[in-house]
Amino acid sequence: MQHVLPLPVKTTCPYCGVGCGVDITLDGAGNASVKGDAEHPANFGKLCVKGSALGETLDLQGRLLHPMIHGQISTWNKAVGFVADGLRRVIEEHGPNAVGFYLSGQLLTEDYYIANKFAKGFLGTPHVDTNSRLCMASSVAGHRRAFGSDTVPQTYDDLDQADLIILVGSNAAWCHPVLYQRMQMAREKRGAKIINIDPRRTATSEGADLHLSVKSGMDSVLFSWLLVQLQDRCMVDYDYVESHTNGFDQAMAAARRIAPDIETVATRTGLAAIDIATFVRWFIIRDRVVTCYSQGVNQSAQGSDKVNAILNCHLATARIGKPGCGPLSLTGQPNAMGGREVGGLANMLAAHMGYAPSEVDRVRRFWGAPNMVHQEGLKAVQMFEAVERGEIKALWVMHTNPSVTMPRADAMRAAMKKLDLFVVSEAMSRTDTTLSGAHVLLPAAAWGEKDGTVTNSERRISRQRSFLPPPGEAKPDWEHIALVAQRMGYDEGFSYDTPSSIFREHAALSAFENGGSRDFDIGAVESLSDADYGSMVPFLWPWRKGEEPQERFFGEGRFYTPDKRGRLLAVVDPVLAAPVCDAFPFLLNTGRVRDHWHTMTRTGKAIRLAQHTAEPTLAVNPNDAMRIDVAEGTYVRIESIHGAASLRIILDYGLPEGSVFAPFHWNDATSGLARVDAVAQAFTDPVSGQPELKATPVRLTRLTMQCEGFLIARHHIVLPEWLQHARITIPGGEALLFASTGSAETVHALLLNHLGEIWQRAEVADPANGDFRTLAFVSDRLNAALFVQKQRDRVALDWMIDALGKSTLSAVERRAVLAGVPPHGLADLGPLVCSCFAVRRTTIVDSVRAGAVSVEAIGEALNAGTNCGSCRPEIKRLISDIRLSRQPEAA
Amino acid sequence: MATTLLIIGNGMAGVRLLECLLRHAPERFSITVVGAEPTEGYNRVLLSALLAQDVAEQDVILKDRGWYEHNGITLISGDPVVTVDAVMRCATLASGLCLAFDQCVFATGSHPIRLPVPGMDKPGVITFRDLSDVAAMEQAAVRGQRVAVIGGGLLGIEAAYGLAKRGADVTLVHVMERLMERQLDAAAANLVKKALAARNVKVLLTHQTLEVTGEEIADGLLFADGTRLQADLVVCAVGIRPNADLAKTAGLAVNRGIIVDDALRTNITGFHAIGECAEHRGIAYGLVEPAYAQADILARQLAGERVNFEGMVLATNLKVSGLPVFSAGNFMNDPALQSVLLTERKAGTYRKLVLDGDRLVGCVLVGNTDDALWYLDLIRRGTDVSQARHLMIHGRDFAEPALGGSYDQAA
Repeated sequence: MQHVLPLPVKTTCPYCGVGCGVDITLDGAGNASVKGDAEHPANFGKLCVKGSALGETLDLQGRLLHPMIHGQISTWNKAVGFVADGLRRVIEEHGPNAVGFYLSGQLLTEDYYIANKFAKGFLGTPHVDTNSRLCMASSVAGHRRAFGSDTVPQTYDDLDQADLIILVGSNAAWCHPVLYQRMQMAREKRGAKIINIDPRRTATSEGADLHLSVKSGMDSVLFSWLLVQLQDRCMVDYDYVESHTNGFDQAMAAARRIAPDIETVATRTGLAAIDIATFVRWFIIRDRVVTCYSQGVNQSAQGSDKVNAILNCHLATARIGKPGCGPLSLTGQPNAMGGREVGGLANMLAAHMGYAPSEVDRVRRFWGAPNMVHQEGLKAVQMFEAVERGEIKALWVMHTNPSVTMPRADAMRAAMKKLDLFVVSEAMSRTDTTLSGAHVLLPAAAWGEKDGTVTNSERRISRQRSFLPPPGEAKPDWEHIALVAQRMGYDEGFSYDTPSSIFREHAALSAFENGGSRDFDIGAVESLSDADYGSMVPFLWPWRKGEEPQERFFGEGRFYTPDKRGRLLAVVDPVLAAPVCDAFPFLLNTGRVRDHWHTMTRTGKAIRLAQHTAEPTLAVNPNDAMRIDVAEGTYVRIESIHGAASLRIILDYGLPEGSVFAPFHWNDATSGLARVDAVAQAFTDPVSGQPELKATPVRLTRLTMQCEGFLIARHHIVLPEWLQHARITIPGGEALLFASTGSAETVHALLLNHLGEIWQRAEVADPANGDFRTLAFVSDRLNAALFVQKQRDRVALDWMIDALGKSTLSAVERRAVLAGVPPHGLADLGPLVCSCFAVRRTTIVDSVRAGAVSVEAIGEALNAGTNCGSCRPEIKRLISDIRLSRQPEAA
Repeated sequence: MATTLLIIGNGMAGVRLLECLLRHAPERFSITVVGAEPTEGYNRVLLSALLAQDVAEQDVILKDRGWYEHNGITLISGDPVVTVDAVMRCATLASGLCLAFDQCVFATGSHPIRLPVPGMDKPGVITFRDLSDVAAMEQAAVRGQRVAVIGGGLLGIEAAYGLAKRGADVTLVHVMERLMERQLDAAAANLVKKALAARNVKVLLTHQTLEVTGEEIADGLLFADGTRLQADLVVCAVGIRPNADLAKTAGLAVNRGIIVDDALRTNITGFHAIGECAEHRGIAYGLVEPAYAQADILARQLAGERVNFEGMVLATNLKVSGLPVFSAGNFMNDPALQSVLLTERKAGTYRKLVLDGDRLVGCVLVGNTDDALWYLDLIRRGTDVSQARHLMIHGRDFAEPALGGSYDQAA
């Protein structure tokens, strides 16, 4: 099908919730050029560095290409039979509630829809949840409580028209770069102010006019105070409140209890009164306010209340559903919204319907479902706890990596090994999850190999289109479900031949007995032809039959509660699920780095994404570092009551004292001892069930590494789990960066056998200096290099990577490789800042010292920051750092 | 009237002394040189190269008779000194000729040791010391005979290599567990053994020779382990002993060699000794480099300068073409010292540097000896190399820039 499409193929980026349109052009030699789709309303041609590097992630290294049963290659026929029999047996013995489905915000809507239908309508288990539970479930809960539906009232267009953009718990500069650049445009073009509310000062703060380093979990106090101030300063729109909402008085009363006066608020939020006042003043004097909230708000035991505390302020001022005005949840994943639309969350049924008897009956009739469920299922964390308790016997994981990303990840990984039936639909063969005792692995088609739709954060439905054939025996996830369902005798309900037929059914259900009673309605496309589906252009929902797509919601009320009125919510006084104590004195915050995505199965393949953050780190405030006597670049063991990891220290003044930050990307497939979510706690929000992943009490223990080093090779190397290490992709091979408390000699000896080719090895040994190096050549080509030293030699590493890229080495180069010193003395250019143009820190610093003292000037001089722009905040910080450090000289 | 100086020995030390005297003290002495061998002085060091046909016979001659005449030096060759009367200051030659002198220098060199085992005196057993030995070996090799070379030191290895190169069927017999055990560590010695094998030299290690077998003439070796080795020619290259007997009978103090002080003076005024016959601070050097150094210093002494010979870090150069081997200083695995190793299996390169704190005290180089003299220089100067510690092993190109100041300082 992809062959009849005119090139370039228009598809959608598989990463964050911005949902950028991407133009793919194949060169016929297996290479794909990637460009932003200039016509796509989400990005108008822009792409971030991750999106720009998509072309580097299409190789088949590490792909799961055949169905596997108990680790043995099998056939689809056998595998489908194995799953069908297994499900039947578990249901016979333990009932349908012993079956669980754990889905993903990266599944396409069609995959999602049919998995949900299969579970809730035919197997009869309500236990269908998704990794979106870890992502934005609190926003869903907040929206449903305030609007009666999981509705995002605004669109990205509102960012262009806003006078004030408030980012709460969002590092958009790194996690939603294209949207962040759009916000910066509004700031430059129309003088919009940006307020960044985040315990951490991040790259996002660099482009903000005000950064509020709120204490973890205390956002509700700040927004309660805002609500109080809005009333005290006569900013409440009583017409709107009285004609369209309920609960104002209770919400206000609660707000006044939580935020009685500025002193209390200042103390509890840890903010300066003056900053709080500025925040309030800006909100008051600027009508057009968009509040964007993300994981910092959602991943919290008070997440739902945080969302409602924010929504209360917008409802009280009627600043909702108007141009440049309203709350805008930024979802993390490319199709979290699509999942919400089909009922991928355990507390939603389908098509934004809940579990009201009438809704259950409606969906039953539409599906012709023999085993319709009647109540909500277990949410992700509870579902895995049920697996732990042995109540759930069969689990089908699709397109996600819970062994890495679930809180208490080690316990969850252990729990999965107890399952009677453990099925994983996955594109990669070796992930922490596929290695967690999965009985059956079903090879899934990956991005670029399958067709379907996704919905982004602004309710825009776009096509993902295939431009490559699925490799080996891989099939799209929807086929996995359809095959098993048919094998279990549900032919009529699952005899789809294309994703378009699933999409049509999904659209029809959204319109079925709707008549404006439900927000989600795309009836206009329920009878789309395959050709039209093929050429579908991005559109906003709702798109009701015979109407135009609707831009915004709730400007004139018309909420989806029974009484059609919105709700202001009396939020609960916030407390952290687990406070710090003497034994665990630090609060662990987790999140993302700029150039990686989730568990790195895709971004880990791209050379240019490997360098910005090459290894798992723990950011620590320098004062804390001094207190516990750890320096930049040293290692610590970070430990909670749930688990531990060892990470490399980076100092970060942007972190409040007492708080540490670690990215969650790394796992046993990409590193050793770096499973950060094994440390994270599993306390969840009482309403949304989302875990508090950003505030786990931990303790840090200094690790005294006797040696550090690296191993680079043309071949794939798997290092032992107990060795502190991280893998990065380099031209022509891989580099593994490691450190150990063992002696250099021992570690060197242990790793030697990974080098192969003994007779062509060259070795340098300086035992007294703990310096051991071994290089393996094949004729004049460097094949592998192992350096074990007291401290990792950056210059040597860069030179080895360079040398590995060469097909032959001259005599001079060969000696230089042995010496670990480049022939022409390559300087240490520092870490990569701009991934798009591979510009390193030192180069930028030199350029600044040479007089390029603005981000623009740097851009002109070095191109840095001129493509995706995600490094512009770092460049800006570099410039200011240098100029500050210069002042004494100038004075 | 010029002082009469008698130099006993027309070998490398003697000839070098002559050259230095001409430079430092021209016209000061009337010099007579007595050489035991009939030829002009020649470069013993090149004998193995001559055997290996890497050089021609005329290349090994140090100075022809014309040179002696031209410089007014009296050369008597083929007529060895038999007695020296230290009191009367005169020397008697084999021919009965009696030479009076004011000062005398012993440069009598050394002679090869023969193993104290039965049969060593049989025909067909030779040593490797002078041109006649080379001639004998040439004949043996040319006839494609089986040759047993006893002694895995520098000389034995070079002899074995030269013979093999000439087509002889050579077996190198060594009593120790590795070759050149006094100059090389195990790893380097092993590389040398491999290189010899590649050059058609069979090597028998830990083989102690009990006897040279054969009725009239030598026909092989019997070893301590009872095994035997057939051989048409046996070359004994197990070491040298200083030629000090003449000096001893003259009443000079002799231990292993003629005992000299830092000014290279013997215990009797007016008598000096240099080269392999001399024993300085308990060491009788068996190499040419210290002999040359001693010759130079003695010449200056005789010219009236106050210079001393204070001993010398020894450096060894194995002259087997295609297998450069160099070692200097202390390179044994002394726990008090630190060593840095580099091995390149395919290239057959091996390097070992030995450091005592910040200073280089020894090195072994196999396969690539380009930087040998640079290392030797650092060792002899005791330069502080700490700044370039991590680069030293990779040679001058890499280390010298890092060494920077401290190197110049020492210079």
